Parts: sequence; C-alpha cells; structure tokens
Amino acid sequence: MRALDRGSVSVQPPMHRTVVIGIGNLDRGDDAFGRIVAARLRGRIPEHVSLFEEDGEATALLDRLGDADAAILIDAAISGGEPGQIRRFDAACEPLSAAKFGMSTHGFGLAEAIELARILGKLPGRCIVYAVEARSFELGAPLSPELARAVDEVLAWVIAEANE
Amino acid sequence: MARKTIKVDNLARVEGEGALTVVIRDNRVRSAELRIFEPPRFFEAFLRGRAYSEAPDITARICGICPVAYQMSSVHAMEDAFGITVGGQVRALRRLLYCGEWIESHALHVYMLHAPDFLGYEGALEMAKDHGDVVKRGLALKKAGNDLMGVIGGREIHPINVRVGGFYKAPLKRDLIEVAEALKRARDIAVETAHWVAQFDFPDCTRNYELVSLHHTDEYPFNEGRIVSNRGIDITAHEYDQHFEEQHVPHSTALQSRKRDDGGTYLVGPLARYGLNFERLSPLAKDTAQSAGLGHVCMNPYQSIIVRAVELVYACDEAIRIIDEYERPDQPNVAVVPRAGTGYAATEAPRGLLYHRYHLAHDGTILHAQIVPPTSQNQATIEEDLTTFINAWLDLADTALRHRCEQTVRNYDPCLSCATHFLDLRVDRG
Repeated sequence: MRALDRGSVSVQPPMHRTVVIGIGNLDRGDDAFGRIVAARLRGRIPEHVSLFEEDGEATALLDRLGDADAAILIDAAISGGEPGQIRRFDAACEPLSAAKFGMSTHGFGLAEAIELARILGKLPGRCIVYAVEARSFELGAPLSPELARAVDEVLAWVIAEANE
Repeated sequence: MARKTIKVDNLARVEGEGALTVVIRDNRVRSAELRIFEPPRFFEAFLRGRAYSEAPDITARICGICPVAYQMSSVHAMEDAFGITVGGQVRALRRLLYCGEWIESHALHVYMLHAPDFLGYEGALEMAKDHGDVVKRGLALKKAGNDLMGVIGGREIHPINVRVGGFYKAPLKRDLIEVAEALKRARDIAVETAHWVAQFDFPDCTRNYELVSLHHTDEYPFNEGRIVSNRGIDITAHEYDQHFEEQHVPHSTALQSRKRDDGGTYLVGPLARYGLNFERLSPLAKDTAQSAGLGHVCMNPYQSIIVRAVELVYACDEAIRIIDEYERPDQPNVAVVPRAGTGYAATEAPRGLLYHRYHLAHDGTILHAQIVPPTSQNQATIEEDLTTFINAWLDLADTALRHRCEQTVRNYDPCLSCATHFLDLRVDRG
C-alpha cells in the first residue's frame, strides 16, 4: 500500500490555535517551575497545541500570545502565599494581580506582557495563567520541595485544559 | 542643615536587583551609592571544573537580554587560549548574530524602558495606552532582531548553535534572505526611531568621560579590536587586567571597575563605541546621526537613547550587508584542539565592553574564570553622574527627583543581573 502523501491530504484547519508557555529561569531556584512543567509536557499534549519555554521577557511573550486564540501560561510568583500553592485564573477576564513573577528581564515580564497584549488588542480570548507560589528565586538553588510536589498537579491540569 | 529623605523601593525598568541611595546634605548631593544584592560571582564559580566547550551555554544563562555577548566573549577567549582564528563566513556569521542581539536589546531599551522617561509615563504600559502605534513599531523592530537570532542561533531561549570554533550548523542563504526583507523594514523603522527620540527634551548634562571601547581598523566593533580610550589607552584584551581592576566597595556585593593608574572611572557602552568609532559607522548610520543632531562624539548620557537608535540603524544595515555577501560555508567551524593556557577576550555587548578570561588545563577544563560585565565597569560612572547631575534638580518635589535619579541610572540600560542584581532606590536628604 502506498503511504499517504501528507502534503496532498486535505485537512480541516484547526478550530483555534493554542499555545502553552512555561516561563522561568532554570538557574534561579523556584523560578524554574514553569520551564520544568513545560519540559515534562513534551509529547503529552495534542500536536496542534504549540509548546514553548520562555525566560519571561515581555515582548517575547507578547509575540507568542499575539498569534494565539487561547494560551496557557505557567510561572512561579511570589505574592505572600504558601509556597507550592497553585492559583489558576483567566487573564482575559481579569487583570493580573501585583504578584511578583519570576526574575524577568528588566522587571518587564509576564504581567506586563499580558497587560500590553490587552492594550494592543492582542490578548487571546482565553488566557489561563497557572501561578505557583514560590519560596525563593535564589541563583543556583534547586526547586523547593513544596514546588517539586506541585509539578505533577499542574502538569495534570494543563494536560486536561490543552485537550479541551 | 537642610535634610530630606527620598526612598524608592523598586527601581523599575532595569535588569536585575539592587538598590540606590542618594544622600543629600545642605542642598548638595554628597554621595550616590549603587548597592547590589546578588552574589556576583556565582557563574564564575559554576564554570570552574567544567569543560571549555560548556562555557558558551553556561555564560549565555547569565543574562536574559544579552546571551550572545556572553557566548561571543567566551568563545573568543577559548580560541585565544587554543591559538585558533576564525575567519571568513563563520566570522561574518558571528557579527550577524551580534547584530540580532543589538537590535533586540536596543529596541527593548529605547521603546519599552527608556522612552517612557522622556514622555512622562510610568512605563511602557501607560505609554502604550496613548501611543499604541509607537509601541507596535518598537515591537516590530525588536522582532526583526528575534527573527535573525532565531535563524542563526536556533529557536530557543538563548542561541544553542554557538560553539568554540564557530557554529554547529551554518544557516541557509535562503533563510537569511527572508530575514533580510524584515531587516530592511526594520532599518526604516530604526531611522524613524532616531528622528523620533531626537525630539525628546534632553537635560543639558555633559561630563568629560573617559570613553572605553573596542576599536577595529575597518569595522564598527562587535567581536574584535583593540581596547582604546579617548585618553590614550590602546591595548589588547591580554593587557586588560594591567589597566583595569575590579574593586570591592563597602556598599555593594558587586565589584566596581576602575583604572589602575589613577583609580579613575570610565564609561563603556553606546556613547563610548560611538565616540571612538564614528568613522566606522555605515553611511546611513552617519547620516542618521547627523540628521538627529548628534556630533561625532556625544558626552550627554541622557542622549544615549539617540546613540542607541543610530546603532540600531547600523546593526540593521550591517546585517543586510552580511546577508547580501553570505555564502554558506562548507565547514561551520574550525577544528579545536585544547591545550593548557590562558585565554582573553573582550567583545561589545549592547551595554558595552564585556571581558572574559579563562585559565585552562591541558584538556580544556576550566580552572578559573573571570567575567567583567559592562555594568560593573559603568557602576562607578553612574554614581558620579548622580552626584554631578542631580544637584541641578534638588528643588524638585520628591517624586520628580526620584524619577530623575531613576532616569539617570536607566541612561546606562544597566544590566544589574550581569553585574549582579535589582534596585531599591533611596534619596536621603538628611
């Protein structure tokens, strides 16, 4: 049997374009969380969902968000809660709180990317943020035990949402 | 005695974390101290015992916005130790990659971090509400740099295609031609950017800086050249440590660089490169500088935003030229044979001279690493700018004065996460 020539197969365009972005810095303690989740997501989300790792610089994030209909972002944040606590919100419906997200470039990171996208009319209609409470962004430190324990739970949530 | 204290807990729009205290007594600025919290030498320690080949990837992680600079200084230093010279198209590709980083970094700083200071906004978000088209223009310019970096470096957070001896893989000409089209549009935007920022209101603040940058006989410097100054320094990277030293200062965990001979400060970065290399700019970049009102030398740090815009024009122009002349090399790297020794290199990061030195064992294991980022070199100069310029604004209300202090620091686009880290700003009026 001849193999299908994929180039000639007519396929329906995907209904929407979803991006999943794990944000952080692998050298900065709990800031690695989003990147670790993203690495573990490889091969576990549908092919039409684009998966990226980013360091959190706002304009690079804006590029990723700008073409998407739906986005799922995973990042560590310090907001005064219990380390390892997982929060989920849809940034398309509400502005991001003043939580301090990871060690973004020039203090210009995830929160700024989302608000800039909103102002410029580039925010996806659905923009889910998983923010896990970090204990420390210390250079060279490993992931705190509370955050290491949160990886599997966030992974499960993101896989479920990416398959919706 | 007139006494006043101004405190700013977070100095925004600079890379990294630190603190700044400005002390004012009897209506004069008595001192300005930039304090830095981060353990500054983490990466130098981290490199010890690693293979020479790991240095480009490890050092690229030091800074989110200038990974190429760290990669380039590290590979040149290793090649210096091993007696390797990289030429031809591989050398040109390195310049091209550096163009991408300058475009990204300067576009980010000019539009998102520095322009709000001149237009009276708290930051890029507030500016975008009134000037959405301007912000989109800046984003388009930056994206041309991203795309160029992606084609040469690989589409990861930092380029993964750089190695000692060259690249793992040379890009295809057709992929570069595609980027060149975007770069031509970016070049137009860069010219427009220079004319736009030239209209800003600049304080009349100049100092007689000692400018230090690379200088090359026939090109505007990125990767290679002698280290020169406007007061007679003219040395190779091998002699860097004989002329400059890093000192501990009591108020900071970061090291500050000074000249060894007289303990004086010096300035690296766009103003230094421009002032020492004006003749090496492309004709379009020179014309843009002239039409933006710059002379051949600029000693007003507040006008560094114009110089960055001129360098944006140059980086786009140079990238287009390199792509035009590009022929894909058969071999994307030269053979590397490690040997024991010491390697030295300095390249021009967007923020200025970035010096690396490595002591290597016979098998290329790193025994010792020294990294002197541009912000360490500018730190003492930033403090002097504050003690000099802020006196003229002491009658301003605290908020406005604080803003002037922040703006004065931001003139340098300081990368405090390279020097080390982020700012809590205090103005102490007594």
